[in-house]
Amino acid sequence: MTYTILTLLLPAVGAVVAAVFGPQLSRRAISWVNVGTVGAAFVLSAVAFFQIGAMPAAGRQVDVGLFTWSALGSAPLHLGLLLDPISIIFMLIITGVGGLIHLYSVGYMARDDGYSRFFSYMNLFILAMLLLVMSDNFFGLLVGWAGVGLTSYLLIGFWYFKPSAVAAAKKAFVVNVVGDVGMTLAIFILFWNLGSVSYVGVFSHIASLPRGTIELVAFLLFVGAAAKSAQFPLHVWLPDAMEGPTPVSALIHAATMVTAGVYLIVRAFPIYNHAPVATAWIGGIAALTTFMAATIAIAQNDIKRILAYSTVSQLGYMFMAVSTASYAAGVFHFVTHAFFKALLFLAAGSVIHALADEQDIWQMGGLRRMLPITSLTFLAATLAISGVPLFSGFFSKDEILGNLLTQGHVLMWAVGTVTAGLTAYYMFRLYFVVFQGTYRGTAHPHESPRVMTIPLVVLGVLAVVGGYLALPGVYNLVDSWLAPALGRFGGSAVALAPNWGSMAVSVGLAGLGIGTAWVIYGRRAPASEPLSGPLFSFLQNKWYIDELGELIFVRPVLWLGRLMEAFDRGALDRLVTGIGEWVMAWGESLRPSETGFVRRYALSIILGAVALVAYLAIWG
Amino acid sequence: MTIPLVDFLGLSAILFAIGAVGVLVRKNPLIMFMSVEIMWNAVNLTFAAFARHWVNMAGHIFVFIVVTVAAAEVAIGLIIVVFVFRQRERLDVDELSSMKG
Repeated sequence: MTYTILTLLLPAVGAVVAAVFGPQLSRRAISWVNVGTVGAAFVLSAVAFFQIGAMPAAGRQVDVGLFTWSALGSAPLHLGLLLDPISIIFMLIITGVGGLIHLYSVGYMARDDGYSRFFSYMNLFILAMLLLVMSDNFFGLLVGWAGVGLTSYLLIGFWYFKPSAVAAAKKAFVVNVVGDVGMTLAIFILFWNLGSVSYVGVFSHIASLPRGTIELVAFLLFVGAAAKSAQFPLHVWLPDAMEGPTPVSALIHAATMVTAGVYLIVRAFPIYNHAPVATAWIGGIAALTTFMAATIAIAQNDIKRILAYSTVSQLGYMFMAVSTASYAAGVFHFVTHAFFKALLFLAAGSVIHALADEQDIWQMGGLRRMLPITSLTFLAATLAISGVPLFSGFFSKDEILGNLLTQGHVLMWAVGTVTAGLTAYYMFRLYFVVFQGTYRGTAHPHESPRVMTIPLVVLGVLAVVGGYLALPGVYNLVDSWLAPALGRFGGSAVALAPNWGSMAVSVGLAGLGIGTAWVIYGRRAPASEPLSGPLFSFLQNKWYIDELGELIFVRPVLWLGRLMEAFDRGALDRLVTGIGEWVMAWGESLRPSETGFVRRYALSIILGAVALVAYLAIWG
Repeated sequence: MTIPLVDFLGLSAILFAIGAVGVLVRKNPLIMFMSVEIMWNAVNLTFAAFARHWVNMAGHIFVFIVVTVAAAEVAIGLIIVVFVFRQRERLDVDELSSMKG
């Protein structure tokens, strides 16, 4: 299966072509090359999917060796690609949803000056993301990990003339580097103890390590995962990342990159399997993140910001699933989330596009009639994410919640279920305010071109039917597909048996959420936010977490910096300039001795010589 | 009969003093150079005399080195003198005090 290298090479070629020849090529040519490379990568991924699927279950793991990166010492570092059910499911989503988003970008970015630059970055991102999920070792994973961080930074700051975009890009990069440090340390510890960074080498010997080391590795890996996947308290960069173009938000900050953390934990499940303390922490943080982000989303007014907090919240669901060893459920939710959240962002982008870059939902309203395709697809995605029965989010979310309850994680289940109600509430608030009522803005909305609506429709269909990958109690295609790679954690009865009680409660709460949203925002169609109060402003200010971070981290650093500056100026500078001034003063005092008269110098030489001789003659 | 060492040293001291006084009292750089040459040669004479007295060739070697260095030094010194003369039309070391501190 060496041809899978092409899935990496094609986006690389696309990125280089767009970067080097972009200014010479027509926009049409760039679109063909860059959408084509991702599309071709999707076809190759699909071929790999069928080829792997045709193999006997036990052998569904193909390692494509690439080259030996370093042969130092007794631990040579071979780089290679690993094709197994886990990586293939991610490859399909990355190239499939990624390809649709690339297609959409052709329309969305049509009038942007940085057209070729945009597609160059986008293809580079696909390359890095594929490397992240396809690598057969932690080193390649880290390279891809850093690569998606870099392209995320480049694309958030794509409109570099906007100071807010530059600040957001910087924030995202800094927070991600915090995670990268954690991950790098984890890999160092693994290499130090096991002498290998390949998945096979690490996972087969992980049980031989002391408990504390495994817990530490698991926790440090999670630091990386939390930064990339926006888990509390490292979630602060994701809402700000909405400064980038909307297709970027859809591709990187909703569908693919932010789920890298979920991938990491699923991939490293043999480590987490031996780390009960770390997984308990992950579960707690995930539950907190899920709830917190959902409550913040209730009170936001920027269409993309609401979706960003919704992404953070949904990522929390995935982490709750993987932290309780429901890996297939987490991956399932990743798949359906990629469909409906990419769709939500693309539809939001279509709205923003139609309203000449307006993002305040209170400047929208009544768009249902003006943007029929956008509003219909948006509604489909809203129903999916709200967990309305028979839509995709219902199946994946309830598999997670059902597993939590069945396994006895009642607290996490309760948080997840309440959050499901909140999700339905804030998503329908968004839908009602944007698409119902009367139009409150000043622009002249128009439906987007077909190159943008086609991806919307395709994703809309997927968002509706994506859930039928797993029909509770009947079959679970995701679980049975992943089972060979997950060992005893796949194909379990847990994943198959529906938990009717959990389902009834979450659907009831979702209905309650939708009803409340209808009463407050739908029926009367208010022209501005009807809610207020201290709690609401607490939520509007995002739990003051940015301010808290400012207080805990930024202020002390600034304060320390000022202290150091004062020390530098007061002590070090004065010492250095003091020495200089002292020398200069001496020089000034000796200056008259340099008269410029040669004979004076000659006299002093002779007198000096005489004095020396006299000294030697008398005391020598 | 051989000339005693002390005679050489006396002659050398006299030559050195003549040279030193010449350097100090004359203002013409050419004369000053000649005076410096006299001082060089006074030293050379000392080296040679001691070499002969102690039957040690090191003194002769020093003489060679001193002569070589002196030749180079005189060449450079004369070039400077020529250039100064071209610019000023008059040779007086006391007027060359632009390097004053």
